[in-house]
Order: sequence, then C-alpha cells, then structure tokens
Amino acid sequence: MSDNNNQWPLWEIFIRSKNGLEHRHVGSLHAADAEMAIENARDVYTRRMEGVSLWVVESKDITASNPENMGELFEPAIDKVYRHPTFYDVPDEIKHM
Amino acid sequence: MSPEINLEKAFQDRIDKGEKIEPKDWMPEKYRKTHIRQISQHAHSEVVGMLPEGNWITRAPSLKRKCALLAKVQDEAGHGLYLYSAAETLGISRDEMIEQLHSGKAKYSSIFNYPTLSWADMGAIGWLVDGAAIINQVMLTRTSFGPYARAMVRICKEESFHQRQGYEIMMVLASGTPEQKEMAQDALNRFWWPSMMMFGPRDEESTNSELSMKWKIKRKSNDELRQQFVDNSVPQAEYLGLTIPDPDLKWNEERGHYDFGDIDWNEFWQVVKGDGPCNKERMEARQNAWDNGKWVRDAAMAYAEKQSKSKSIAV
Amino acid sequence: MEKNENLIHYLLMLGDNSMILGHRLSELCGHGPNLETDIALTNISLDFFGQVRSYFQYAAQLKGEDFNEDKIAFLRNERQYYNATLLEQENNDFAYVIVRQFLFDAFHKELLEQLMNSKDTTIAAIATKSIKECRYHLRFSSEWLKRLGNGTEESHQKAQLALNDLYVYCHELFAESEVERKMKESGIGADLDAIKHNYLAIIHQLIAEAQLKIPETIQRVAKGKLGFHSEKLGYILTELQYMQRAYPDMQW
Repeated sequence: MSDNNNQWPLWEIFIRSKNGLEHRHVGSLHAADAEMAIENARDVYTRRMEGVSLWVVESKDITASNPENMGELFEPAIDKVYRHPTFYDVPDEIKHM
Repeated sequence: MSPEINLEKAFQDRIDKGEKIEPKDWMPEKYRKTHIRQISQHAHSEVVGMLPEGNWITRAPSLKRKCALLAKVQDEAGHGLYLYSAAETLGISRDEMIEQLHSGKAKYSSIFNYPTLSWADMGAIGWLVDGAAIINQVMLTRTSFGPYARAMVRICKEESFHQRQGYEIMMVLASGTPEQKEMAQDALNRFWWPSMMMFGPRDEESTNSELSMKWKIKRKSNDELRQQFVDNSVPQAEYLGLTIPDPDLKWNEERGHYDFGDIDWNEFWQVVKGDGPCNKERMEARQNAWDNGKWVRDAAMAYAEKQSKSKSIAV
Repeated sequence: MEKNENLIHYLLMLGDNSMILGHRLSELCGHGPNLETDIALTNISLDFFGQVRSYFQYAAQLKGEDFNEDKIAFLRNERQYYNATLLEQENNDFAYVIVRQFLFDAFHKELLEQLMNSKDTTIAAIATKSIKECRYHLRFSSEWLKRLGNGTEESHQKAQLALNDLYVYCHELFAESEVERKMKESGIGADLDAIKHNYLAIIHQLIAEAQLKIPETIQRVAKGKLGFHSEKLGYILTELQYMQRAYPDMQW
C-alpha cells in the first residue's frame, strides 16, 4: 500500500555548537526539501540550545571512502613520523619553538 | 579458510578488541539483521511509548507538569527518530520499518500495552519505566555498532530528566493527601511487574542472548539488568513510603542483592503475543496517524519537486 | 483598582489565546504525520505554554496572594475564558491545524511587535521574548500553507476547505472590545486597527502564494474574547480542568 518512492529523503545534519567551533555531524532526519530540513533540524537537534548554526546535506550527496580501502588510504601515513614535531631534537634551552 | 570465514574472524577480532563497527564495514549478514531488528524495535518502543503518556498531556494538573510531560513525550519522538536513523544506515528505510510495525512483524516493548489510568501513572512511568529503560540504555552506549552507540549516548543525555520528573511527581503525591498517596501506591502496584518484565525473559530462555554478548550488542544479561533495577528501586520506594507489590522482596546479605518473587510469565508472553490490555488501541493510533498523514507527506514531496523543477528552469 | 481589573482581563485574553491554541496542538503529540512534524508541532505548543505561564504569573501577582498561575489557568468557568474563537477550533485534519496556526501567527506577530513597546514593562518583556518564537511559528505555518496549497490536488482541496471554514474567525481578532480599547488608550495594549491593515496584507499575499482563494464569508464576528464561545471550548475545559476540579486544593 505504501509508496516508498514518495518517502521524504534523508538529510545529514551538522551543527556549530558555538561560534569559533566547527560544524559537527550530529545525526540525520527526513525532510522534503532543504528549507524543511533546516527547520526539522532546528526542531529535532537544537531543543536544548545545542547550536548557533546548521548545515544540512542530502545524504545521497555525500561520497564516502570505502572501508576496504582503509589500508591504502590511511596506513601510508603511519611511518611518516618526520611530520610530527617530536621527531626533531632541539635542546631544552631553546625557547619559543 | 574460505574468504568468508576470514572476514568473519577479522570481524570478531575487531569486536573483541573493542573496536566499533561502522555501517559501511563488512559485517556478517546476521549481525546486520540482528541490528535492524533490535534498533527498529527500540525505535518503535519510543514512538508507541508516546501514546500512554500522551494520553495525559491535556489533563495534566498544573502548567508546570504539563510542560514537563509535553517535553518528555516529545523527546521520545526524537529518540525514535535517532534510532530509526541509526537503523537506516544498515540499508532499511524508515517507511519499511514502520510498515513492519503496523503489520505486526516488528515488536515493541510490551510495557506500552498497559493503560495509564491516573495522573500518578505519569509518575510511575517516569520513575520505573524510564528507570528500567535507562539501565538498558546506559549499557547500550557501549554497544559495538557505532551509529547505535552514538544514538544511545544522545538519548541517555536527554533521558536523564525523564526519570527525575517521574520521581518528583511520585514524591509530591506520596507526601500529599491520603487520596494522592493512594493514587501513587495504585500506580506502583500496576506498573511494578510490567516494569520488571521489560528486561525480557530469564537468561536461560532468552534466545538471542548468546550472540548478543559475543557481538557486544549487550554487555549484561537480562537477569543481571533486572537485578540492578530491583536494587536501585527498593530504596527509592522506601523513601517515598510506598510498598513494592512483592511479598518475596527482601535483602539477601549473602548475595548483596535483593531477592524478589516470580514474574508472571504467562502474562508476559500473552502481552508479547499481542493480547495485552492496549495492544489494539496502540496499533490503531499509530496506524491512523500514519494513514492520515499520507496526504501531508505526499503534498510536501510534490511541492519540493515542483520547486526544484522551477529552480532548474530558472537557472 | 479598575485599572488593574482591565489589565488582568487583558492578560487573560492574551494568555487564553496561547493556552487554548497550545492545548489544541498538544492534542496532536504522538499523532503527527511523521516524527519530524510531530516534534515541530510540540515545540510550538511548548512555546505557547511558556507564554501562558508568563501572562498568568503576572495576572496572579496582580490579583493578590490567593492566586497562582494554575488557579488562573484551570479554575475559571467557561464564560470567563477570553480566547478568540479561532483558537478553539478542532484539529479536523492537518490542513485545519496549519490554516488555524497561520491565521493566528500572522496576527500574533503584529500584536507582539506592538506589545514590545507597551507601557507595561512586564508585558513588553513577555512580548520581546515571545516575538522570536512567533516569527518562527509564522515561518513554519506559512511554509506549510504553501506546501499544502501548491502540493497535490488533494492537499490543495483540503487547505481550501480549512480556509473556507476558518477565515470567518479572523474578523474577531480586530473587533476591539471595551477592555482592548481601554488598554490601547492607556498605552498598555495594542491598536488593533493599526494591526489589521498589515495583517490582511500579509495573509492575502501568502494565501495567494499558496494558490488558495480568500473565501467570501459573511462578516459574522465571533465573540470568544467576550466570553461567548463555540461549543468546542467546553470540551477543552473538561479535559484541561479535570484534575483541578476532581481533586481541589492539592499540590501536584
């Protein structure tokens, strides 16, 4: 009986909890359009003063990396220790570095 | 070893190490199915759970209580929504889940098939039913499936006021007029055993338990959680000066826990199977809301499509 | 003394509007067309009950020691409630909910904008807080009005039907009562004549955007705010007052 094609699409919701902080993903919800997604996000995810700014993105527009590629994508970074400050020896008496 | 077994072993290793599983990760089909079943059942419970309390919103005795109850029932809608979203990451749509609820294929917590007969029931539900739910939900914040665990963290954060508002209602009634105290005791009498049943069958009869533990969906057994609930509730009832309706309830020094009497498992299975006092009413109410809302949901989609068409023409 | 009585009466009018509409919306909690919309409607209801408490706490303070917000909210007789008749109309379907909300929100916004400058500093403070809520309500209800009016054939018809039924109650919002006149003259209350022009302009524009037609109604003026209600209010009060009437003088 139900017409699944007519289901409101899914949106991903991002909230900036206060100015100075980045938007963070908080969850998702359904809405017919972007305007409604903002309003629904306001009603669903900011009832307890959780935010000052909202982003909504339709879930289907997000491209995600594939977990099977985790090795080739992320493991090559593991041995690049020279990218981190602790890799370099500087005497303690040198300040502001 | 076949590749499938390798994958399965790697999966179990991750679980054993305490790693979270995310939606796009490989997972055994049974793990996916179990999660869809459990998370959607949990979501349905939140949504059906709005009804017995929603029943009293228009009759709340004061403006303050009305606002608190309204906000609480609304939170339950929010929690249902978070949970449906978590299940949707596993590739099932919310509409499908709702259809499963309406067709009787999916279950929800039996506690919501009991009627709310007095204002004191709002107190008893907040205190006992939310109290029982919180014990379960705190455990689930550490569950292995990431989206479920995250939804539970958010829910537990919001839920903390629910039990307190219920207990406060009970406190005011228990220290009120004799009539009010009687109302409170009556609510406790009616909701105690159904709350005890919320933890499900005894461990030896629970079919899903072993796998749930292995996959770290659950970290404590039904009976352990039930014991925790009893141990928490007894001193709370004593403080109210109310009597828990269980003649066998007594402190066991040796175990360091309260002993308690037998649950009426016939009643438990009867309600689970659909023959509780309000099963029919609850399903009718959900079905009506859904059916009556169809044209509204359709209108919003039709409008959205027209808008996006006219925008693309304008560009 | 007479001044206070008018002021209290005026506060009841303001508070009753919010309470009766809040009550109607609260009936929908758990029964909305989907979870998102259910949550949104409850938020609006909660905003209204917040306003009710502010108005009635102030009225109770003016009335003296024996009074509190609950006594004012729950323990009056039917003829002593002064909400506009529009607000007690039933939730026949979602179109009625939206049209009723829209017709009131547009008025409420104009009203609150005036009351923000009330000589009565408490009313001005309540209005300043409430206007933000109200602007959101209007945004919500007018968006939905457009969705229903322009959505499907069915939603269009249902929205038109609701508008046909409810539009007639708009006249009452501007029919200045004796109390409202006195409050206006003392700089406390709003000037309904001034509101009327803006209000009609706004609702006519949005109704047109929703592709709906203004019904040709008779100029019947409902008298809810004078205490003469439709039969529907009695049933609202039966539920609203149940506990306070059945268990008098108790703490909850």
